[in-house]
Parts: sequence; structure tokens; C-alpha cells
Amino acid sequence: MTQQAHSADAHHAEAAPVHTGHPTPGTYFKVAMALTAITALEVVVYFFEWLSYGIIPILVILSLVKFALVAMFYMHLRYDHKLFSTMFVAGLVLALLVAFALLALFKWFI
Amino acid sequence: MTTLSFPIIRRPMHPTGVWSWITTIDHKRIGILYGVTAFALFILGGIEALLIRTQLIGPDRDFVSAEVFNQLFTMHGTTMIFLAIMPLGAAFFNFVIPLQIGARDVAFPRLNAFSYWTFLAGAIILNASWFLGGAPNAGWFGYAPITGQAFNPGHGIDFWIIGLQVLGIASLAAAFNFIVTIINMRAPGMTWMRLPLFTWMTFITAILLVLAFPVITVALIELMFDRKFGTNFFFTPAGGNPVLWQHLFWVFGHPEVYILILPAMGIVSEVLPTFSKKPLFGYPTVVLAGALIGFMGWMVWSHHMFTVGLGPIANSVFTITTMAIAVPTGIKIFNWLGTIWKGSLDFRTPMLFALGFIVLFTIGGISGVMHSMASSDAQQQDTYFIIAHIHYVLFSGAIMAIMAGIYYWFPKFSGRMYDERMGKMHFVLMFIGQNLAFFPMHFYGLDGMPRRIYTYDADMGWTALNALSTSGAYLIAFSFFIFIFNMVKSWRKGEKAANDPWDGRTLEWSIPSPPPEHNFDEIPTVHDRDDWWARKRGGVKHGVPVSGGSGEGHAIHMPQPSFWPIVVSIGLLVGAFGLIYNVAVAGIGGGIAMVGIYAWAFEPVNEPDEKQPAHH
Amino acid sequence: MAQVTAASHGEHEATTTGLNHRKMLMWAFLGSDCMFFGSLIATYLVYKGKSKAGPFPEDVFSIPVTSVSTFVLLMSSMSMVLAYAALTRGNMKAFRIWLASTVIMGATFLAFQTFEFYEFANHEVVVECNDPDAADWTDLQAKVGSACGSFVAGEETEVTIGEYTVKVFEEDGHAVAETTAGLTPRTNLFGTTFFTLTGFHGAHVTLGVIWLLSLFFFSFRKGGVTPKRNLDVDLAALYWHFVDVVWIVIFTVVYLFGVFQGF
Ligand SMILES: [Cu+2]
Repeated sequence: MTQQAHSADAHHAEAAPVHTGHPTPGTYFKVAMALTAITALEVVVYFFEWLSYGIIPILVILSLVKFALVAMFYMHLRYDHKLFSTMFVAGLVLALLVAFALLALFKWFI
Repeated sequence: MTTLSFPIIRRPMHPTGVWSWITTIDHKRIGILYGVTAFALFILGGIEALLIRTQLIGPDRDFVSAEVFNQLFTMHGTTMIFLAIMPLGAAFFNFVIPLQIGARDVAFPRLNAFSYWTFLAGAIILNASWFLGGAPNAGWFGYAPITGQAFNPGHGIDFWIIGLQVLGIASLAAAFNFIVTIINMRAPGMTWMRLPLFTWMTFITAILLVLAFPVITVALIELMFDRKFGTNFFFTPAGGNPVLWQHLFWVFGHPEVYILILPAMGIVSEVLPTFSKKPLFGYPTVVLAGALIGFMGWMVWSHHMFTVGLGPIANSVFTITTMAIAVPTGIKIFNWLGTIWKGSLDFRTPMLFALGFIVLFTIGGISGVMHSMASSDAQQQDTYFIIAHIHYVLFSGAIMAIMAGIYYWFPKFSGRMYDERMGKMHFVLMFIGQNLAFFPMHFYGLDGMPRRIYTYDADMGWTALNALSTSGAYLIAFSFFIFIFNMVKSWRKGEKAANDPWDGRTLEWSIPSPPPEHNFDEIPTVHDRDDWWARKRGGVKHGVPVSGGSGEGHAIHMPQPSFWPIVVSIGLLVGAFGLIYNVAVAGIGGGIAMVGIYAWAFEPVNEPDEKQPAHH
Repeated sequence: MAQVTAASHGEHEATTTGLNHRKMLMWAFLGSDCMFFGSLIATYLVYKGKSKAGPFPEDVFSIPVTSVSTFVLLMSSMSMVLAYAALTRGNMKAFRIWLASTVIMGATFLAFQTFEFYEFANHEVVVECNDPDAADWTDLQAKVGSACGSFVAGEETEVTIGEYTVKVFEEDGHAVAETTAGLTPRTNLFGTTFFTLTGFHGAHVTLGVIWLLSLFFFSFRKGGVTPKRNLDVDLAALYWHFVDVVWIVIFTVVYLFGVFQGF
């Protein structure tokens, strides 16, 4: 949350909304293809029983990529003001930290 | 712009009397509504406290029954936190923030009105429980499983759950509003390092609110589902774990205490420099310390659960983080002391309250550090020592600072001066009263008196100190009679206040008291941290004092009044009662809210010009 | 004094950062909503594997079915972003088509979810007593299969095993054991946390569908939605994509990890 305050500081006042090269429908379509492909890959990975615990990092990374694609392209965070990313990521990171802390407190990792 | 209004009810363009208050979206009026309502609820919470103290004045008394006693302490805590301190803070946010940042209103004036009416709805729901089968009785943190259906079959807990959910909606709406207002409506030149301290602390508070309230929302949803639908979240036979409730509650609960105290710290940081005739000592450090408190506030919650048995690792980690969080708080205290050091001090009432805050809040901070250590906390958990601590930080801390704020800004919002002699009397009596009431709690707390017991035995040796506490509570109550008398009398026929009675530093003192509807005739351009102060002393080269003086500004179009915020809030109120009693009624409430939301969405902020009757 | 006209609200306001008030509010809300879903997911994970009775995730989940509904929701996000792009280009017709397809896909997702909830609540376990793959049975299937011992040729018998009433009968010359093991929010911790988490996601989707549908109809009104007044659509789109990314997390954490036996 504190970062939020400071980044707002960095581009306060004159900074206008940044619009660097709007993505085209073609970009959106490619992103959609990537999302579909990754989802398919996730389902395939889940049928590979020999991966055992290996599926955890693989699935986490794959879904993170999907998350990032949607947030950056569909939600325009890549093209928008950094303040918006900060607001969203602040909530996201805090939610992750609190969730991990809770799992640790419930002896999830031992 | 085309007309897109939703013609169900005609827009109240220039309402008068009561309607002008119901439909107002002026941040100053909403601030006053918040302040008056929250103060009334503060009195209600105070009466609950007096009943509790009367029951405990001596051993083996039966002034109230054990069951009523449970309801009293639950509602006392819930009321003071959610219905008094938070909305009193909101009253200041509303009244002061737009003035301090040089804006004409908040970013979302109608949303602001909605926050107030929804807060009122929440207050009504919570207190309606008294008349509808008994108030909630499980303590202000409502631990499962005593809040479960099996142990608490009445509706009290349902009122508590739904009331807090509605209050959460109000707080979230207000917090979003103030985040956007502070980021996006600062006057030209008002950079982050020129932002008045109160605005800074409000900003951090709003961020904490936005991130912390969803957690309690989820916890309350889970509790409600357990009660209503027989789910298993906290149902041990099915493997549910009541400790999860504790975690979720305190993940919210600890940031919540900073939500309560940061605005207070902001007020003190405004009052001290003004009455010391010095700028705030170490401004960047105070801001940073505030931000640090807001951040570290997320890493300490399990210090409320040291005796649950989380294990040595968890207890050690939370001991260390809790001790560490005392550091930024200490930094603030030193900065305040640095501010008054060698200042030419003016001991007006606001200054007295601010100084009282520093002294007593420090005592509360020290007892806090004492039970930050898990081993030491094991002795103190659930005793009156904890009650002493929370009252030193929230009453002697937050409420003292709020009083400082009320006296400080009274000339600004009422346009009149309060009576200084009565103000000082209020301070002296309240200062003595609270120390009489809360200091002995340390001793009988360490002596083992548990909190939340409705009576105790004469042999325990707690009698004399309890009687002392009770007399202190009465003294506090008496001091508030003086306060109310002073406020009512001064507001009606006090001496007219000048624009800048304290030789203030921030922009709100550059405009008339009370401010005109549009606040600033001309939006000021800020050149300095204490801009108004610097202008008056010629420190700002480019600036002449901006006189907001004329109070005229015909061409300034302020956002117009609206019915829809209160309609949505009424929908929530009806819906809330429906959730407790009858699903069909909940549907009706939802329907009213939906109509309100659509009408609101289609109602322009300002009607097109031709529809506006020419005024003046 | 009176020269200043400062209707400082509405679409074209001058703000300190140059950013729009409403868009900033939306992002603050989405940051806040992360904490909401974070708490729900944390609850789900804390209770993962702690249910005292079945059915468990591996008994009821059908990954292929959920993959399809996931795909539908992902595509609705693409459709939404294309609707917004069409609007900013001034192509109202394409805007409406893409918006309508977003709504339809959102509703399809909800239909899938309703179907899934219904299936779970009326989950039936059927095992063939002489199944050669009996070694691969889930605990629940094994439990039901243990009723096979009371099979009497040509008759239907009922056996109570734990909390289930299992019917054993003959079908096409094979012995079959069958029972209803429905999953509701009350059944076990898995049911409680699963329905609450996915239910609140579904509520978000429902709200999104209503919002987008309102915009769709509003776009037929003169001046309701125009290429210049596109913020209303922009905000709804942000919300819609957010609901999508939450589902991305749920699909992995709840469904894929749910059937994984490791933890
Ligand atoms: Cu705490």
C-alpha cells in the first residue's frame, strides 16, 4: 500500500494517461489463442500422473501466465497508467501474502 | 450532453429544510451529518459503558443480569469502534479533506451521501436488536463457536453479522471515495510532500480500509452461512476450525486498530504545529512512519491469539513483528515532541487535548509493548490489563484526538467560537476521569480479574479499584455534559468566528467560516507545505493570500442534490432485515436498491443548464 | 470571482493526475476484491483435505466438463475486449455483436455452473462388482464396492455402509452396487468451501452479465453509449476480465489441485 502512495508521487500532476500503441484486435486474438493453448496444456499436464508433485509448480506457473496475459492485455494494464497496476497489484500481493501466512499458520508446509 | 435522467421522481433541484439534508451531496453537510450521528451513537456506547461500570462498582451486584451484561459489553465495543470512532473519523474526512487539498467536493459526491446513509442503516440494524429479542452477546470479536447457532440460537448474532456487513459497505464506499479524492483532486502544486498530515493519514487509513474490510466480509459470510445454512466452516464435528475465525477476524482486526488511530494521529499532527507556531517537526518522517504503520499492521495479527497455542515459531514471529511496529509509533511521538519543543505554545482547548493524547497514548503504547511478548501476554490475555490497554489507545488516544479535532475545527464548520473556559473544564475533568477509570484496570487486571465477567467475589480484593474505575467513568460522563452544553450553546449563539482564528497553516483556514457551498471561489495554487501559513508571512513569492472571502461564485456549478443515494441505502436496510427474518423481504430490499442504482446511474451529476432555474 | 466554471465532475474533468476518477475507483475496487477472493481461497485451502466424510473432489469433479466452461469464460473475455475495441473505433454494430456474444458466453458459463452444482448435489456412485480396475477406485467407490459381498443373484439388496445406503442388484448379468452420495454445502468441509467460493464467483459473473446486458440495451438509446462516451463500457470490461482472472485461479487451485492426490 505504501508503494501505491509513492508511485502516485512519481507521476503526479502533469502526467496524462499514457497510450502507447493501442493493441489491435489481432493482438487480442493471439492472446485468446495463448489462453486456450495454456488451458489445454494444463488439462494435459494433469493427466500425467508420473509428474507427481511436479504438477504443482507447472500448474502454478501456467495459470500465472494466463492471469498476467488477461491483466496486461485485456485489462490494458500494459498500456495504462502505472498507478492502476499499483492499485491492483497491491491488493493481489497482499492477498497472496495473507493467504500464504494463513496456510503456514495452519501447518500446511510441514 | 443529452438528458438521460430517469424520470421516476423529479430531481430535488433546490430543496429546503429537511429535504435539503436528505438529498444533500455537499461534503460539508455530510460531514456534519456523520459527526452528529456518530456523536449520538458515542453517547449511546457511553451509556452502555456506564451500565457496565455500575454493575461492577462493587462485588456480587445484580444491577443487570449476566445475559444483559454480555449484551452490554458486546454492544459497547461494537458501537464505539464501528459506530463512533470510525464515523467520527469519517466526519473529519468529509468536512476537512476537500478543504485541505483545495477541492470543491469529493470525487463522488453521491457515493459520499450513500456512505453516510448506509452507515446510518447499519447503526439502525445493530441497535434494533435491543428491541427485537436481545442484542448480540458474544463480544465485539464474536468468536466462533459461541456465535454459532447451537450456542446462540437467538437473532442477536444475526443482527451483529448483518449490521457489520452493511457498515462494511458504507466504509468501503467512503474509503474508495477518499482514495480517489486525495489522489485526484489536489489543487495545483499540492504535491505528496506538501499534503497536510491529516490528509496523509486519511489516505493511509482509506487504503487500509479497502484492503482489510473484505477479509471480515468473508469471515462474516462464513459465520452467517454456518448459522443460516448449516455449513461447516466453524463446526468442529465436521472438521471445521474455530481458530480460522480468529485468524480472519484479526487479519482484519489489527489493521482496523490503525484505521481507528491513524486519523487521530493526523488530527494531532495538525493541532500541535498550529498551537506551537512551528511547522511539524520531521514532516517526511511522520508521513513515512504512518505509511510504515499501515504496512506493518498486516504482519502482527496473531498477537491477539498468543494463548491459542499456535506454537513457538508463530508466537515468536508475531512477538518480534509486534515489537517492531512500536518503532514507527515511537518515531511519531518523538516528532510531536520535537514540534512543541521550543515552540511558543498556546494552550487552547484543542492543544490541551492533543497534549493529553500524547501522554496517554504513550501509556497505552507501553502496555501494548508489554503484551507484545507472547510469554508476558499469557499472563494478561483476557484480563482487565487488556481493557486498560485498549482504553488508553482508543479512548485516551483516538477519542482525545477526536475531541481535539472537534474543538479545532469547530469555528470552521459552525462559523462560531466555542467557549474556551468550558472547553478547558471538559479537558481537565475528562483527563482526570479517564485516568481514574482506566489506570486501576492495569492493577486488577494483573491481579487476575478477567474481562467480561458480570460480577466478582468480595474476597478477590478487586472491590476498591473497581469502585475507583466506576467513579472515573461517571466523571468522564459528567465532562461530556459540559462538552454537549458548550457545543449546543456555542453553535447557536457563540461569538462569530473569524476565517482563521488559530493563525492556521492549511488551506481550510483561507476561506470563510463556515465555508461557502463551493468552498473556494478560485482553486488555490499551492507553493509550499504549509501554504496558507507561508502566504500570510510572505514566504510564497508568487502568492497573495487567496481570499475566499466573497462567498459568491454564481457561475460555479456544484453537483446537484440527489434522492438516489438514500434510496439505495433504504434498499440495503430493508434487505438486511429481510436476510434476518424473511427472504421475500430481502428480495424487496434488493429490488429497491436496484431501482436506486439504475436511477443513479442514469442521473447526470448536473442537469443540463437550461433546466436549472436561474438563481440570484 | 465568478469567472470560474468548475463543474469538476463528469467525463471530461481536469484531475490532478489526469486520470479519470471512475476508472481509478474501479481499479481500487478490483484491488480490494482481490482480498475478498484471497480470503475465500485461503479458507478453501486451509480446509483442503480436512473433510471427515465424502464425497471428495476426486469423486465429483469432471475436469473435461470444467475445462469447457473455463474455455467459454476465457473466450468471453476476448469477446469483451473486442467489443470495447469496436466501440472505440466507432463500429457500433460490431460492438453490439461482440457485447451480445460476451453476455451469451457469460450466461453459458453460469449454465455450466448450475448444471455442475446440480450434478454434485445428486452425485451417484455406481460400481461394477467385478470391475477389473478395482485397484483404481477412489475411496468412495471402494466403500460402495464393499457392499458387493451381500449380492444375491436376481435380487436387489440394500446395505448400509457408513452414511450411505447402497443398493446391490444385477444388471446385464453383472453385479452392480449403487448409491447416491450428493455433495451440498452441508455435506462436508469440501462442500462448504467449494460451494461458497465458486458460488461467490458465480454471483460476480451474474452481476457482470446483468451489467453488460444493461449496457447492451442502453446502447440503443440515443447518446447512451458512443465511441466518445466509452468509459461505461471500459469499466464493465475491467470488471468482466477480473471475474475471468479469478476463475483462472479457481480452475487451477480448486479443480486441478482438487483432484491431485498429493495434498
Ligand atoms: Cu493487534
